Amino acid sequence: MKKLNILYAGLAIAATMGGAQAQMRIEISGVGSNQIPVAVAGFANEGVAPQQISAIIKADLERSGAFKVIDAGVITDVNNIDYSGWKAKGADALVVGTVDALADGRYDVRYKLLDTVKQAKISNLDKAVTAQFTRLSAHLIADDVYFKLTGIKGAFSTRISYVKQEGRSYQLMVADADGESEQLALRSNEPIISPSWSPDGTKVAYVSFEQKKPVVYVQNLITRARTVVANEKGSNSAPAWAPSGNKLAVALSKDGHTQIYTVGADGGNLRRASNSAGIDTEPQFSADGESIYFTSDRSGGPQIYRMGADGGEAKRVTFSGSYNTSPRISPDGKTLAYISRRDGNFQLYVLDLASGQEQRLSDTTSDESPSFAPNGKYIMYATQSGSRKSLAVVSVDGRVKQRLTTQAGNIKEPTWGPFMQ
Amino acid sequence: MRKHLAFIVATAAILSACSTPVKVSEPAPVVERPVDKAVTPQADTRTVAPVETKSLDPLDDPKGVLANRSVYFDFDSYVVRADGKPVVENHSAYLNKNKSRSILIQGNTDERGGSEYNLALGQKRAEAVRKSMAALGVPESQIEAVSLGKEKPKATGSNEEAWAQNRRADIVYK
Repeated sequence: MKKLNILYAGLAIAATMGGAQAQMRIEISGVGSNQIPVAVAGFANEGVAPQQISAIIKADLERSGAFKVIDAGVITDVNNIDYSGWKAKGADALVVGTVDALADGRYDVRYKLLDTVKQAKISNLDKAVTAQFTRLSAHLIADDVYFKLTGIKGAFSTRISYVKQEGRSYQLMVADADGESEQLALRSNEPIISPSWSPDGTKVAYVSFEQKKPVVYVQNLITRARTVVANEKGSNSAPAWAPSGNKLAVALSKDGHTQIYTVGADGGNLRRASNSAGIDTEPQFSADGESIYFTSDRSGGPQIYRMGADGGEAKRVTFSGSYNTSPRISPDGKTLAYISRRDGNFQLYVLDLASGQEQRLSDTTSDESPSFAPNGKYIMYATQSGSRKSLAVVSVDGRVKQRLTTQAGNIKEPTWGPFMQ
Repeated sequence: MRKHLAFIVATAAILSACSTPVKVSEPAPVVERPVDKAVTPQADTRTVAPVETKSLDPLDDPKGVLANRSVYFDFDSYVVRADGKPVVENHSAYLNKNKSRSILIQGNTDERGGSEYNLALGQKRAEAVRKSMAALGVPESQIEAVSLGKEKPKATGSNEEAWAQNRRADIVYK
């Protein structure tokens, strides 16, 4: 870890995205182990669109830590590229594009990814979008660049959800993965915790305290329809979607202590899954839907266990440290992220399930609520700086770190949404 | 006052009668004055002086034993302490007498650790109070044990004093 800290100190970029419209400030530190040099040109005529598309692409690529972004000025003639000149400047690839205002009010965003070595086009996209989706079009281009150059699906166009607390006002927000385009999903005078995205990204399950006790709801983000999924006697919490999207795992205290149950997304077909004498909570389905990882204090302190999706025998997964909570399993099922308390500090750890190798990814002291990016390459979590709660993102190898803060209030309970259709 | 004055006047008259020779046939000059019938002005007949009766429900007595609705817990403990027992007993007695009343027991924790695990720990505190009440004969139908975890701290500081305030279960009447 010490070695890594020195690397982070090597580079610290403070970038305020999107100028006056920025809702969050993102601080980036650290770089990836193998940065690909890519030149990004200003798009021809991009001033016509409400968002500066090339700036958003650059910010996305820089934030990922996977690229060394070279500013290529503005290239207006995208069909006449000086490949060898860009190669000489150190760029392996070049991003160019154009924006045109269409008669119907939309914007035609075109982009090309060029290989400066092979002197050939690697990829291109052409999309006509309404003003509100110009930012999305930039994220989709960044996703394409990331995928074509690294072989890994980009997650720049995905969204996150989190809770913003200002005094007694609790707001469930949805925003782009970079914290921009923030939208209000739910406002309440009582706490909201544990948001969880449906696999199709159109609904969020969460725990609301509006009835003086924790109750699990599913809210359709598009229609605003809210469904009570679990309101049994006692506490109802910790919703997690099954990959099928038709059921959730929840933690209920209806039988006198907190245990894990599964329930249909419509609130029907409630079944007990775990069976212990102590606390079983924080269920998370594996990506294949076959297993549930969860936190249990059956051995004394909290540790992470795995059982079948309908219950059955539980196997202990974490053995280091006396306090491990909040399991999240990577999309490929190989890595477990969790929060471990060591020497009184609550910090983000990852465990390679095959090798049993554990790595600490944060050096803060009050970390919570980890969640994997849908491509498995980054983990977002809640942390605290001073008295303010903020969000942080770290690459799974621990090398690239970002911190997202807002101008006012606390942000917590982050959860990274899925790839969208 | 008026009567006293009348008595003094009468006594003075008798004393003076003793010291001064007077005609026996002449009665002492005592004037019986009527007790003041307050001749109040017209407006005062519309005065309304408020009277408050004592609440019949001891739950509403801010100085009664039922006003204490919090049970505190030690660090990492889920056992009702000695100082919490009277709270549990008093509310159990009330609930046993008032079968139509029911309560939420809201368990709370200090701020350290994650939301969901703290919610489960707060639940253990609420369940400890619920079990103590059930042992005193309160039917399950009148009690619901729930948890607010670390989400609704009573004290907001990040020190032992605040944490001790937040390791608590509250009795809330529905």
